[in-house]
Amino acid sequence: MTTNDLTQAAAAAKYGRPARQRMGRDDLVMRGTMGLLGLFLLVAIVLPLYAMLSKSFETFTYRFDTIEFQVSGGEGMPWGKTMNALALGTELDVITPESMVTSNGGRFQATEFFPDFSFRAPTLYRMRNVGEGGGGFMVAGGPVYHADWVEMDGNAFRRAQIRPTESHGIDNYLTYVNTPSLFFSVYNSLFIALTTTFIVIILAFFYAYALTRTCMPFKGVFRIIALIPILAPSLLPAISLVYLFGNQGIMKGLLMGESIYGPIGVVIGSAFWTFPHALMILVTALSISDARLYEAAEALRTPKLRTFLTVTLPGAKYGLISATFVIFTLVITDFGVPKVIGGQFNVLATDIYKQVIGQQNFQMGAVVSVVLLLPAVIAFAVDRIVQRKQVALLSARAVPLVPKPHSRIDKAAAVYCGAIGVVIVGVLGMAFWASLIKFWPYNMSLSLANYDFDVMDGGGWEAYGNSIRMALYTAIFGTAIIFSGAYLVEKGRGFGFGRGLIQLLAILPMAVPGMVLGLAYIFFFNHPDNPLNFIYGSMAILVLVTITHFYTVSHLTAATALKQMDPEFEAVSASLKTPFYRTFAKVTVPVCLPAILDVSIYLFVNAMTTVSAVVFLYATDTTLASVAVLNMDDAGDIAPAAAMAMMIVYTSAGIRLLHALMTKGLHRRSQAWRMR
Amino acid sequence: MTTENQAGNPYLRISNVIKYFGDFCALNDVSIDIEEGEFVCFLGPSGCGKTTLLRAIAGLELQTHGRIEQAGRDISNLPPAERDFGIVFQSYALFPNLSIIRNVAYGLENRKLPKAEIETRARELLELVGLTGQDDKYPAQLSGGQQQRVALARALATSPGLLLLDEPLSALDARVRVHLRHEIKQLQHRLGVTTIMVTHDQEEALTMADRIVVMNEGVIEQVGTPMEIYRHPATAFVADFIGKMNFADGRVSNAGKVKLGDVELSCDTGPHGAGQAVQVAVRPEDIVARDVKAGDENAFAANVADLEFLGSSLRVDLTGPALGGQTLTADLSVNLMRELDLEPGHDVTVRIPAERIALYATGEG
Ligand SMILES: Nc1ncnc2c1ncn2[C@@H]1O[C@H](COP(=O)(O)OP(=O)(O)OP(=O)(O)O)[C@@H](O)[C@H]1O
Ligand SMILES: [Mg+2]
Repeated sequence: MTTNDLTQAAAAAKYGRPARQRMGRDDLVMRGTMGLLGLFLLVAIVLPLYAMLSKSFETFTYRFDTIEFQVSGGEGMPWGKTMNALALGTELDVITPESMVTSNGGRFQATEFFPDFSFRAPTLYRMRNVGEGGGGFMVAGGPVYHADWVEMDGNAFRRAQIRPTESHGIDNYLTYVNTPSLFFSVYNSLFIALTTTFIVIILAFFYAYALTRTCMPFKGVFRIIALIPILAPSLLPAISLVYLFGNQGIMKGLLMGESIYGPIGVVIGSAFWTFPHALMILVTALSISDARLYEAAEALRTPKLRTFLTVTLPGAKYGLISATFVIFTLVITDFGVPKVIGGQFNVLATDIYKQVIGQQNFQMGAVVSVVLLLPAVIAFAVDRIVQRKQVALLSARAVPLVPKPHSRIDKAAAVYCGAIGVVIVGVLGMAFWASLIKFWPYNMSLSLANYDFDVMDGGGWEAYGNSIRMALYTAIFGTAIIFSGAYLVEKGRGFGFGRGLIQLLAILPMAVPGMVLGLAYIFFFNHPDNPLNFIYGSMAILVLVTITHFYTVSHLTAATALKQMDPEFEAVSASLKTPFYRTFAKVTVPVCLPAILDVSIYLFVNAMTTVSAVVFLYATDTTLASVAVLNMDDAGDIAPAAAMAMMIVYTSAGIRLLHALMTKGLHRRSQAWRMR
Repeated sequence: MTTENQAGNPYLRISNVIKYFGDFCALNDVSIDIEEGEFVCFLGPSGCGKTTLLRAIAGLELQTHGRIEQAGRDISNLPPAERDFGIVFQSYALFPNLSIIRNVAYGLENRKLPKAEIETRARELLELVGLTGQDDKYPAQLSGGQQQRVALARALATSPGLLLLDEPLSALDARVRVHLRHEIKQLQHRLGVTTIMVTHDQEEALTMADRIVVMNEGVIEQVGTPMEIYRHPATAFVADFIGKMNFADGRVSNAGKVKLGDVELSCDTGPHGAGQAVQVAVRPEDIVARDVKAGDENAFAANVADLEFLGSSLRVDLTGPALGGQTLTADLSVNLMRELDLEPGHDVTVRIPAERIALYATGEG
């Protein structure tokens, strides 16, 4: 305890407990809104994750020891001795300790215990529960809970099933670790993520360097080209790769006999779509460098390479670390690329899909999700710490560096960026071209037949319409919720605890991979006791999961814009007896409009392209374009898949263009007061 | 503008206000009474708690303990919106996307007045602060001084009983600042609105305030008119902080006598008893050199250690055995320099009028 502490205690003793401000109308409205927002985040992220976590500890085992059989030779004949299912099964060798662990959908045929069973025989069977609560077996489709004998003829006994009962423990995790086919995916995922990260960071670093530190020509063009992959779902590069290097690929020879279906394809595809994400971080990191350091280096006649190693690299250190973790997370949690081009190469994200969609083993899906959550959470935590340090670096008063022309370096930079640009445009162009080819590779004439989605399985044009609607709702409601939330966190008065908690919850979604979130939503919203159960299978749940999935980046964008506003607007407004929400509407929103637009566009484009968050949650009448790409590819309709992926690209690009125009118009209109 | 006021009670009464930020005590038992229509300055070094006190009055920062009454009403626990004040911040916090007139009208628009009436009132206010013909400009299109005026007009629009100004002039350049000082003071006088202004600029406080509250490290050192504060600083801190002040170590020899080096000076020794070590404080302009003869009361010979020419006056550092080797700085006129042939190394006889000597216990301030 410090001395001040003591005097504070003394003051408290003298004057009683600290004063508390009476809540005004503003405070009440703010707290009410904050409560609603907290509730939203609770329902949107905390409870689903909790449901998933507890699901992963849910185990289902056949309790053979609680079931008994008796057999009689026929009508009127006496019943034989009572046989315990566990003892019988072990003796007959039809059950092993491993086969007793199953999932919630697991069923064990009662007839397995009677190898000479024939439903035509007059033999009668009966079963009963001896365990507490019963429910260990099912007859005629329903579980039996009572402890009396249930008598069946052969025909009925044929359908008698032993049913697992639920308990809690780490058995699922043990099973996971002990199942090589599952556990090996951890290595695969790590291998893919590390390799891709390494490649992307190096490629993107030099690209960013060329953009920020050289005077190469066509910088604007290179900048735009590099951002193209953001407009496409991650499925698109995978589809293009199939056309380029697949079994009938036009450049198959380049692989020298290696197959694109597997790690090679996954790495290339992942590198394609994560490239712009790394680039944006690195461009920012390289832009904030201090020109004075370079002047000093030049004055000391430091060789260029040495300057690069001693000034440039350390200066971009935080950007590099941050980009590394971001890319690692993006790759390890991505589902689209490995799904399309991974072939037999399993990674964690595809395992979740297979466990849930293929085997209906939700518990194991939850276990893999938790395993996938770990690296994502670690990477996220490191990134947050590093980001905080970089902010400190930013605020230092640095003189911005203006690159000087240097003909050799500028040329090399242009060639380098040109090469990468060609690859990016090539991959996109391949999908574009493939979507227009009548019947690859037999009939190479152009047609729009692949865009006739209604004649194909996968959802048709309706899926595209759903995507647009979903993206619009996400953009509108998401922006409203996220911006208001950021406002309350940044500008709220008092109630520090509540604001801190909401801040934390707003950052949390970034650490949760889309697949994991989607699966968590199944567990939470599909639970029959959940009063929100009705949104399951509707458009609403798709919008909710998408808003949540992209909450953090949007929140941070909004918070940054709000931080730049004068902190006293709310105080002035209170002194003028004006409710805070009026000032919010009249001042805060108009001033932050550019950021609000950015957030809504970000949400729209991501809602169009996301697969992982929604793949578990769509229903037949809410199929989305990105899901249609996946399903058509799955069904072998790869050209229509390419066409649908291109539809997403056209839409995202159109929206981006619209955004650019709107921002420009906005700036023109508000030029008068945005001068400064 | 005035609410009913019980006879004898001040307009604003701050009693025993204590404010903690965690373990840090920003205001330590602060009490002041402010009369209706007064212009009061909170003056003190950076971090002394001026802004915190102002914000506590506004309800923007809640005091940990203590009571605040305004116009006879206990406002200690009221949220800002339920208190009666207008405020101008250092940043002005003008709404950037609203025109000047809309900024000023902002507080009126909420009152369901007819549109025309709001317009008229806002225009009047802009006129009042000397801004006409700029109604439709945006804040970013105005100079700092003009923005200042808009902020003032906006704060006055709702006719608050109390005007709070937090360093309203510190973001302006020196000439505009001097000009605006005068204008704000006049405006305040005309409207008669009780005003509290926070500043760390003593000149600003001395020229504008009816009364000054000098603060240091969360406590009030002295409250008084500018003249009282300047002439009779209550503590060594105030003496040092306001204006220029010489401090020399001395010892009370007898009641009414203090010994400083070799010389013994007459002065009011107040509560300090014989033999007590004290700090002897003298303002540079109170050291007299004209027409001083050895043998005059409080006269002594000193040696010119250094001269600094300041234009209209001279800053002279005096030392010598009379001062026990300590240095006193005197402000003397330039004419005197010629008359007395002042030069470094020369001797000069000076006198300190007894009533201009203040004593402070050593270890204080
Ligand atoms: N929100 C806060 N949390 C913690 N400490 C604070 C907070 N606000 C102020 N303080 C501390 O309280 C002390 C007084 O702050 P205050 O802003 O009142 O000073 P000031 O006298 O207005 O100074 P300045 O002239 O620099 O504006 C300072 O030491 C400051 O660091
Ligand atoms: Mg201050």
